[in-house]
Amino acid sequence: MHVLADANLRLNASPIDYILLAFYFVLVLGIGYLARRQVSSSLDFFLSGRSLPAWVTGLAFISANLGAVEVMGMSANGAQYGLPTFHYFWIGAIPAMLFLGVVMMPFYYGSKVRSVPEFMRRRFGKPAHLVNGISFATAQILIAGANLFLLASVVNLLLGWPIWLSIVIAAVIVLSYTALGGLSAAIYNEVLQFFVIVAALLPLTIVGLVKVGGWQGLVDKVTGSPGGTAQLHSWPGDNLTGFGNSFLSVLGIVFGLGFVLSFGYWTTNFVEVQRAMASKSMSAARRTPIIGAFPKMLIPFIVIIPGMIAAVTVSEYVKDKQVLLDGGKAESGVTFNNALLLLMRDLLPNGMLGVAIAGLLASFMAGMAANLSAFNTVFTYDIWQTYIKKDKPDGYYLRLGRTVTAAGTVLAIGTAFIASNSGNILNYLQDLFSFFNAPLFATFILGMFWKRMTATAGWVGLVLGTASAVTVWTLAQTGVIGLTGQGISFVAAGVAFVLDIAVSVAISLATTPKPDSELVGLVYSLTPKADRTHSDTGENAGWYRKPTLLAGIVLVLTIALNIIF
Amino acid sequence: MATESPAKPNKAGAFDIRLIIALLIGVYGIVLTVLGIGFTTQADLDKAAGVRINLWAGLGMLVVGLLFVLWVRLRPLLVPTDESAGESTEDSE
Repeated sequence: MHVLADANLRLNASPIDYILLAFYFVLVLGIGYLARRQVSSSLDFFLSGRSLPAWVTGLAFISANLGAVEVMGMSANGAQYGLPTFHYFWIGAIPAMLFLGVVMMPFYYGSKVRSVPEFMRRRFGKPAHLVNGISFATAQILIAGANLFLLASVVNLLLGWPIWLSIVIAAVIVLSYTALGGLSAAIYNEVLQFFVIVAALLPLTIVGLVKVGGWQGLVDKVTGSPGGTAQLHSWPGDNLTGFGNSFLSVLGIVFGLGFVLSFGYWTTNFVEVQRAMASKSMSAARRTPIIGAFPKMLIPFIVIIPGMIAAVTVSEYVKDKQVLLDGGKAESGVTFNNALLLLMRDLLPNGMLGVAIAGLLASFMAGMAANLSAFNTVFTYDIWQTYIKKDKPDGYYLRLGRTVTAAGTVLAIGTAFIASNSGNILNYLQDLFSFFNAPLFATFILGMFWKRMTATAGWVGLVLGTASAVTVWTLAQTGVIGLTGQGISFVAAGVAFVLDIAVSVAISLATTPKPDSELVGLVYSLTPKADRTHSDTGENAGWYRKPTLLAGIVLVLTIALNIIF
Repeated sequence: MATESPAKPNKAGAFDIRLIIALLIGVYGIVLTVLGIGFTTQADLDKAAGVRINLWAGLGMLVVGLLFVLWVRLRPLLVPTDESAGESTEDSE
């Protein structure tokens, strides 16, 4: 934290900014209170009673991810790497989100499981379930801690409050609405947060672009700055991956980031899938990630572009960008993670500044709430109800859910202090994803389409896959293999994926599979077509409600964006 | 706020999130517009590269807020009464 404390980042907030900020918090807590009236069973609490419309779950779907990683991390990447950062959205997120909606959602929603680990249990039995449940719950606490730390550091900059105090206060606010209103409160707040974020970042981007003289002005300035033209084309992205070779770089982005990391994240991460499971019909569930893909396509423009503008206009970066690119420490104490804050400091007058601060805090809180609401569901249903106390009345699990939310918050406060020791928050989170999600995706995709895959293969593949990712990461950190940048995560994820598939296939051939009757609804070839499709009538009628058609539109637009940039 | 009996599980959406969004964005819009018209100093203008950003952002938010109100008016929320999918006691297996 010394880094931030040294830099001159204090924003000149005035009373009007605080009023705007306070108004937002009143609504946040109000939503928690209102949502509480709808909670009468554990399914209401953990899955919103499966009753939400697709546009709400769709926006929540991307908002849940629009936490610390996106907003601070991606603008930091924008400042550091420039346009190649777009890959995280267009190559990374979008195809995976479409795949989730079109291919995988029928199994998740159709089998009526209440969580991703529960799907794991029905497909592969208890060992795989336990590995998945525990690793997921642990990851959520770590990531919630990272979100909490970022939130606290923004409050620290803004108000000058000590980090620990900000951490505790933010945690109490998030806890109060998630424990009261459960997933509904989290989801409604995510939708609200989405609009606040856009209201904060869109004006910032516009003013920034005016300041640098439009798009052409930005291009000229970036060309003249350290990093140069490599920052102006998304392909091949050598600077992002850290691979010395353009071909390997493209391969790393497409396979490592685009396929393994992103598919792993978006299709098996319960934080995301939970939002779709909360929707009211199969059609709405399938549309959830696809509707989310539309705004997701455009978010990089208001996150990455401001980062790039900051890198060429903010005086601290103009002076020290080269030093920072070389991995050194800037004299002024700034890091790329401060890009967005510095730009806000430089450009926004009071009033807009308040909205922007509300937007940032909203983003971190919603990110943390999403982690907590997924954590309490997995812990209650998948760990407690499955292994510890099985046959209690529903009210018991509802009360437990609230208690677990509180316990999770306390643990997240602990991990917030761990996160404060990591320099580049994005790297830290990416590393976590590659450890947990890449092998998970391999196991899921094989299990969904190959009925021969056995229970033993399920858990051994997961464990070895995760272990291999950790090994690659450790070797890279200690300098045994020469990789830098985000490339480490891409390689670790790729290795984990390949190893998981290889091990799973080998073990499946040597062990006995589950009987077909137990796999109905879980494996493609054994699920009747009627169970995989949705009704196209009534509330789900109309061409604009067809998941595959919507997915096609998104795909075409994304390809167009990739060609333009 | 409708008054449902607590026995029915499927009644999420009894309050309309669209109105809360409209309220937040609308109030922000009003405050920023007023600031933009009445309280923009030369220093503010210099800072924001000559753009009256409070005014423009405020007007934009007012439009968005009004669109949400319009949406609520045109497609009011229906509380489903006959939905029985997803019983609270359901346990898969």
